[in-house]
Amino acid sequence: MTPLTLLDGPALDTPESYDSHVRRLGRAPQGSAAMVDLLDAAGLRGRGGAAFPVATKWRAVAQRSRGDAAVLANGAEGEPLSAKDRLLMETRPHLVLDGAVLAAQTVRAREVVLYVGEDHRRAHAVMQAALRERPADERRSIRVLAAPARYVAGEESAAVHFVNEGVALPTTVPPRPFERGIAGRPTLVQNVETLAHVALVARRGDAGPGTALLTMSGAVPRRGVVEVPQGSTIGEALARAGGAAPGGAVLLGGYFGGWVDLDQAVRMPVDAAWLRSQGLALGCGVVAVLPESRCGVAETARILGWLAEQSARQCGPCVFGLRAIAEAVQRIAGGAAESGDMQRVQRWSQQLAGRGACKHPDGAAGLLQSALRVFAEDFTMHELRRGCVAGARTVAA
Amino acid sequence: MTMQELAVDRIRCDGSGFCAEVFPEMIQLDDWGYPIVAAGAVPEHLMAHARRAVASCPVLALKLRARAEAARR
Repeated sequence: MTPLTLLDGPALDTPESYDSHVRRLGRAPQGSAAMVDLLDAAGLRGRGGAAFPVATKWRAVAQRSRGDAAVLANGAEGEPLSAKDRLLMETRPHLVLDGAVLAAQTVRAREVVLYVGEDHRRAHAVMQAALRERPADERRSIRVLAAPARYVAGEESAAVHFVNEGVALPTTVPPRPFERGIAGRPTLVQNVETLAHVALVARRGDAGPGTALLTMSGAVPRRGVVEVPQGSTIGEALARAGGAAPGGAVLLGGYFGGWVDLDQAVRMPVDAAWLRSQGLALGCGVVAVLPESRCGVAETARILGWLAEQSARQCGPCVFGLRAIAEAVQRIAGGAAESGDMQRVQRWSQQLAGRGACKHPDGAAGLLQSALRVFAEDFTMHELRRGCVAGARTVAA
Repeated sequence: MTMQELAVDRIRCDGSGFCAEVFPEMIQLDDWGYPIVAAGAVPEHLMAHARRAVASCPVLALKLRARAEAARR
């Protein structure tokens, strides 16, 4: 049987045992340089949010490794709207472990750290139990660590910083983790879903496009994680969640992503590279539906407030910029815009990218820019204190 | 001659603003006094200004680095 999807196999209410996993899929082959070529041909990109080509990252670490590299499997999943990494760890822990072992063999790593969000208690327990089922040599080189429950803790330099010094805050790069990471050694940081795909690609042995896990939320009948073929449409993914009424908006990629008109989004492919070419992002695979009756300005203000609060408070532009933006958008949303608020918000949205140690300010600025585009009319109505377009729609309906 | 660009250590930077005073050609300040650095290589004729800006930073947050370092990312 050809394993094609991550969630194939037994029911998803319990973790799959190692015995069942091996019976179903066979053992994974040994990781090697050929593995990297296979990942390259498959075009696999990271699923943590940045969609960086996996083969490029593995080569960079392998080149620098003297048999002493490290692998950090990132299951922090701090994005509030995402649940797919948790589901994967809770139900298919051995796909994640296979991928981590393949990575360690390929980049010649000495140790593997499984970095699991501390709030994700079940995922943490399942991964630890799964580790106990693995061969002794793997058990010795893999450990499970609890990642602090804050948004930036999953950023790769913050994850490495936490492993090294117990401080889950981003560090100034370069050096990046692939150059100097855990204990100063070259370190491969890779999202757990990405590693699970590696486990499938290794067995499948071909360059098929594979699948993606998406977390469907907001105004859909069935919220939760769906697995869809790469290149299928957002509309097809929404249908799996029971469909969405036309006319609303979609937050694609989560708090680090951006707003898209729902009617346009339904025709877009689940394809990180294509979305990027359009100035959009699949991010960590969040698809959240905002119905036409809800105010996009208010929703954006809420998210920006949260992102400002989640700043690591290390870099001035992030500490002051995000707070100022959140406050101004909150004023606009509340019909209390001060003179110049809109112009300032427009200007600030262009000034933040690239001005933090990590990409936290870039994420907030991108979200804001998408809101200014998609909810342009709503912003104008709010600014002029003529009420809310969504409110008017609701009244009319 | 390798092209050089300005890089700010954003964690170190505390917004003293001296760099923008010394090198307004390529460094502006945002509304909170933190530098916005023009992207790209520092033109040869401005290198002396760039070096002075680097030297002006009281917390050593501003650096000149080879362009290649950024391109490799």
